[in-house]
Amino acid sequence: MINFRYTRATDVGDAVRQIAAEPKAKFIAGGTNILDLMKYEVEQPTQLIDISHLPLRIIEEVPSGGLRIGALVPNSDLAYHPLIEARYPILSSAILAGASQQLRNMASTGGNLMQRTRCFYFYDTVTPCNKREPGSGCSAIEGINRINAILGTSEACIATHPSDMCVALAALEATVHVIGPSGERAIPFADFHRLPGGTPEIDTNLAPDEIIMAVELPPQGFASHYSYLKIRDRLSYAFALVSAAAALELDGGRIAEARLALGGVAHKPWRRVEAEAALRGEVPDRAAFAKAADILLRGSCGFAHNGFKIGLAHRVIERTLMQAAHGTPQIQAIKKIR
Amino acid sequence: MAEPLTRTPKGWDRLSPPSKVAITLHVNDVPRTLTIASWTTLLDALRNDLGLTGTKKGCDHGQCGACTVLVDGRRVNSCLVLAIMMNDARVTTVEGLAKDGALHPVQQAFIDHDAFQCGYCTPGQIMSAVALISEGRARNADEIRELMSGNICRCGAYPRIVAAIQQAMAAMESKP
Ligand SMILES: Cc1cc2nc3c(=O)[nH]c(=O)nc-3n(C[C@H](O)[C@H](O)[C@H](O)COP(=O)(O)OP(=O)(O)OC[C@H]3O[C@@H](n4cnc5c(N)ncnc54)[C@H](O)[C@@H]3O)c2cc1C
Ligand code: SF4
Ligand code: FES
Ligand code: FES
Repeated sequence: MINFRYTRATDVGDAVRQIAAEPKAKFIAGGTNILDLMKYEVEQPTQLIDISHLPLRIIEEVPSGGLRIGALVPNSDLAYHPLIEARYPILSSAILAGASQQLRNMASTGGNLMQRTRCFYFYDTVTPCNKREPGSGCSAIEGINRINAILGTSEACIATHPSDMCVALAALEATVHVIGPSGERAIPFADFHRLPGGTPEIDTNLAPDEIIMAVELPPQGFASHYSYLKIRDRLSYAFALVSAAAALELDGGRIAEARLALGGVAHKPWRRVEAEAALRGEVPDRAAFAKAADILLRGSCGFAHNGFKIGLAHRVIERTLMQAAHGTPQIQAIKKIR
Repeated sequence: MAEPLTRTPKGWDRLSPPSKVAITLHVNDVPRTLTIASWTTLLDALRNDLGLTGTKKGCDHGQCGACTVLVDGRRVNSCLVLAIMMNDARVTTVEGLAKDGALHPVQQAFIDHDAFQCGYCTPGQIMSAVALISEGRARNADEIRELMSGNICRCGAYPRIVAAIQQAMAAMESKP
């Protein structure tokens, strides 16, 4: 780790002023990603601005009927919050599918959104990586790419976004509330993370001098018909090879509303409204689910070691939708897939 | 551990040497004041500055759980915590579990079940199990396994660890 200056933000405005004043400064919340990356010298901030004491730790109901989750709410508190368990169980489930209880106790809501890829070469500072060092090349495309993306890739980068929580937030159509030197704005979840294109060093559409204040959930939580299914190389404490969040609203034996998002396959939680539109009005059966999977995976392309993800994703989508339709969500402590 | 103390961090010359800061940690109910650099982790502060070597360094990257301690009663990976951010926090390490010469029920259960081989992961397992029991979320073996998954045991003592936790859980429930 290189030396850095440690400062504390006294309030949100102070945090924004501090980050705007020093281009190489970074915020630290739970520290579980930034410190890991600093130890490898992948991240080399000259200043760490501690935001962990800011009053952004509450979960509150908003007039629209939704919930507003402060950026510093720890992942474990969010997963076990009674309102989340009752109204947005897909979010609880996705969070509990990720990391470990120790890490979830430390990790913040905002930090989870901002966590960086787990691509092996991004971490390995002696190899080229466009995300770590723009213009140096991508070692994964011709290298070990078992964990890399199959959708939305570019010639510059084939990394995935590693979060589980964000897959559920994408399915729920959350909104991210941020503030910067020129004021507040609200970013729809679908526009928060981005595809790598020619600038893979940029993960999100959050400006470098903005801070996340909260994530807002809309009223509809799909509490009766949902599932989060995560497939990985070991049964717990491992990142997703492929994961899916599926949420349905059924009406008279047909699908009235559908949400479907994938993790582990792209640079952002992967969603396509066309796949969801294809489910609306259909009887929730395997044929309808396969069709939605086809649309969601259209254009997918594997590399030397991750081609298996395409077929796997297909099966995961069908199974997760089936679990949602039957009202039998995947239980994260029980590894058997029903 | 290889000696990290004499290693000059890469890029050292690019910046001024670290200014040290005094912080107070309430470690196992004893206030301890120490002077640390900004980059000192809680794990290194406990081991190197306070001599509490019960807490182990396995991976130093959040991937093994050997460094698990309780901060204000919650289990965390101390290798990914900056000590400077913990001023005034209450820290419980494995050294703080036994009371008046009597082992904590979780420690006793690990001995009763021979729930270790080399023992390197054990302090982390025990701290994690203590927190697991106070969290009250695990009711059966599946849930214990899942909520203990942040503690890796390279010797593979898992079945005995689960049995030990079940014993401790029952013991602690019967006398609160
Ligand atoms: C071993 C291991 C396994 C893991 N497994 C999983 C897994 O299976 N699934 C999963 O989803 N995650 C997993 N994680 C990742 C974990 O969820 C993230 O590290 C965590 O959510 C990051 O949150 P934090 O508060 O600790 O972020 P920090 O490390 O504090 O910050 C991360 C980044 O976010 C920025 N940031 C933080 N808060 C804000 C804010 N309010 N506004 C703007 N920027 C901000 C920081 O500047 C920094 O760049 C794992 C991590 C580890 C170490
Ligand atoms: S896939 Fe992206 S993160 Fe991985 S080596 Fe290529 S450029 Fe770097
Ligand atoms: S040493 Fe902290 S998790 Fe391995
Ligand atoms: S007892 Fe050896 S690592 Fe667990």
